[in-house]
Amino acid sequence: MAAENVKYKKLRVRGHRVVLNRGAGGDIGITIVLAIFGLFMFLPMYYVVIQAFKPLDELFMFPPRFYVISPTLDNFKDLFTLMSDSWVPFSRYIFNTVFITACGTAGNLLLASMTAYALSKMRFPGRDIMFKLIVTSLMFHSTVNQVTNFIIISALGWLDTYLAIIIPALASTMGLYLMKQFMETNVPDTVLESARLDGASEFRIYWTIAMPMVKPAWLTLIIETFRGLWASGASVYIHSEQLKTFNYAIGQILSGGIVRSGAGAASTVIMMAVPIIIFIINQSKIIETMGSSGMKD
Amino acid sequence: MSKNAVDTEHRPVSRQELTRRQWIWKEMKRNKVAYLMAGPFMVLFFVFTILPVALSAVFSLTDFNMLQVPHWMGLSNYIRLFTQDEVFLKACKNTLIFASVTGPVSYMMSLMIAWFINELPPKIRAVITLVFYAPSISGNVYLIWSTLFSGDAYGWANAWLMKLGFIDSPILWFQTEKYVMPLCIVVALWTSLGTSFLAFIAGLQGIDHSQFEAGAVDGIKTRWQELWYITLPNMRPQLMFGAVLSITNSFGFGGIVTALCGFPSVNYAGHTIMHCLDDYGGQRFEVGYASAIAVVLFLIMIVCNQVIKKALSKVGE
Repeated sequence: MAAENVKYKKLRVRGHRVVLNRGAGGDIGITIVLAIFGLFMFLPMYYVVIQAFKPLDELFMFPPRFYVISPTLDNFKDLFTLMSDSWVPFSRYIFNTVFITACGTAGNLLLASMTAYALSKMRFPGRDIMFKLIVTSLMFHSTVNQVTNFIIISALGWLDTYLAIIIPALASTMGLYLMKQFMETNVPDTVLESARLDGASEFRIYWTIAMPMVKPAWLTLIIETFRGLWASGASVYIHSEQLKTFNYAIGQILSGGIVRSGAGAASTVIMMAVPIIIFIINQSKIIETMGSSGMKD
Repeated sequence: MSKNAVDTEHRPVSRQELTRRQWIWKEMKRNKVAYLMAGPFMVLFFVFTILPVALSAVFSLTDFNMLQVPHWMGLSNYIRLFTQDEVFLKACKNTLIFASVTGPVSYMMSLMIAWFINELPPKIRAVITLVFYAPSISGNVYLIWSTLFSGDAYGWANAWLMKLGFIDSPILWFQTEKYVMPLCIVVALWTSLGTSFLAFIAGLQGIDHSQFEAGAVDGIKTRWQELWYITLPNMRPQLMFGAVLSITNSFGFGGIVTALCGFPSVNYAGHTIMHCLDDYGGQRFEVGYASAIAVVLFLIMIVCNQVIKKALSKVGE
């Protein structure tokens, strides 16, 4: 009897919920470890932002400081002056990046979501092998293919065109994989079945029923594809200056030496702000999609 | 025609009456629209992912160089790789060191941090997630490390080491052989909390809370036991997904080394298999030889993935 009491006492209950086994020591330890890792991750990012607001003399102060004494927007102004001086109009670089990113992301979303629908909601011969190939493609890095891809793209006659960057991006598999897994768990077969009985075509079901149900997966696919294309810099496929990207142009500014380090810092901040803002807006949707990302053995 | 005669043309066909091939053909016709939907993606996927791997495998057995008619070489490219190419062997060693440090460490770090923040209030969790995830989506923001560790006295590391009197003159961090690997590993880890980290957070959120309560009732005493016996087995599919991504990324960080240390890095200290591939494929146009390198790298990644898959199916047992 007494022994049973002791056993019962160990279970702490708060608000009808069993309080889990959490020792204070563990809490403190975890907080310390989190703080250390957090600083390791955060400080360099913070330093990037701080650098962009330092006037030139503070950028080269000894020792370097983690705060700004007199913050200034001069670096951003310098960046825009440099932009207007460049040989190819700077707006062209920005247009290239935006164009490549928009086409690649939209196309990938359309093609991958159709494929995800077919793979997750229809049974047809060859389906399993297709999905196996797609999972296998996640297992190796695309650089393995860079040499042969160069040959393929030059054989297609796409060297030095937008196509060389956009078309291969349409077939990136990460977004497809996440979308397929998400559809499998979040689009109930019964709804599709009743739509089929009502005589809706598969395309119609895909577009009007399945797609609206997987909006979180869209956003995830978009950010996956977007961040790859947004950061695309100098490419082996592109020689013409007019077709090069914003990221490449920033590399050129950065290589301009000490006087340009302020403008360089400003441009880095602009480059990184875009994907981070997109992530902040969509964070909860993206995490929701990842809930079904698991791989079965 | 009598009433009971079977309409042989339109009666339902059972699977037993058909050969396997007829059945498959029938199913394919029935699902035409599925092929139409998956078709465009699969064609592009085939051309830009499957075909290159297959072509690499074929080219690797020849001396193709994009100019002359290729000759059949058998396995001699591979023999040259492993017996004569010292740079490649060094790159192999570097790649394996890099991968075996960054892969497991980034994986454990992602899992550990996801687990640590799991019980925090949602708002705080969102902020911490952002702090850890941001470096991996910010493109080449890792170049900040070349400012922090720049070779002159204005670099943060040099400045403080000099101010505190540990060194007299600035260290050329990314140009000194013994610092190249450790620094690049640190930078690679800094950018490595990516998609798998988010998958872990989501996986942890998806675990049914009643399982933890049942565990507490059944005598689980510490959170570590809970982690091993309840949490991890419940998120095994996410663990698998995260592992695949970590392995793939840990072999693909060559870009960071090039950006920070230049190409080739000093005395090949940070030379990896990817750099060899760049060297022979992109600059010397020895496609046959480069293909052999690509095939080796491909096989290493696939084998690693299979081994880890086997190991992960043992979690929580």
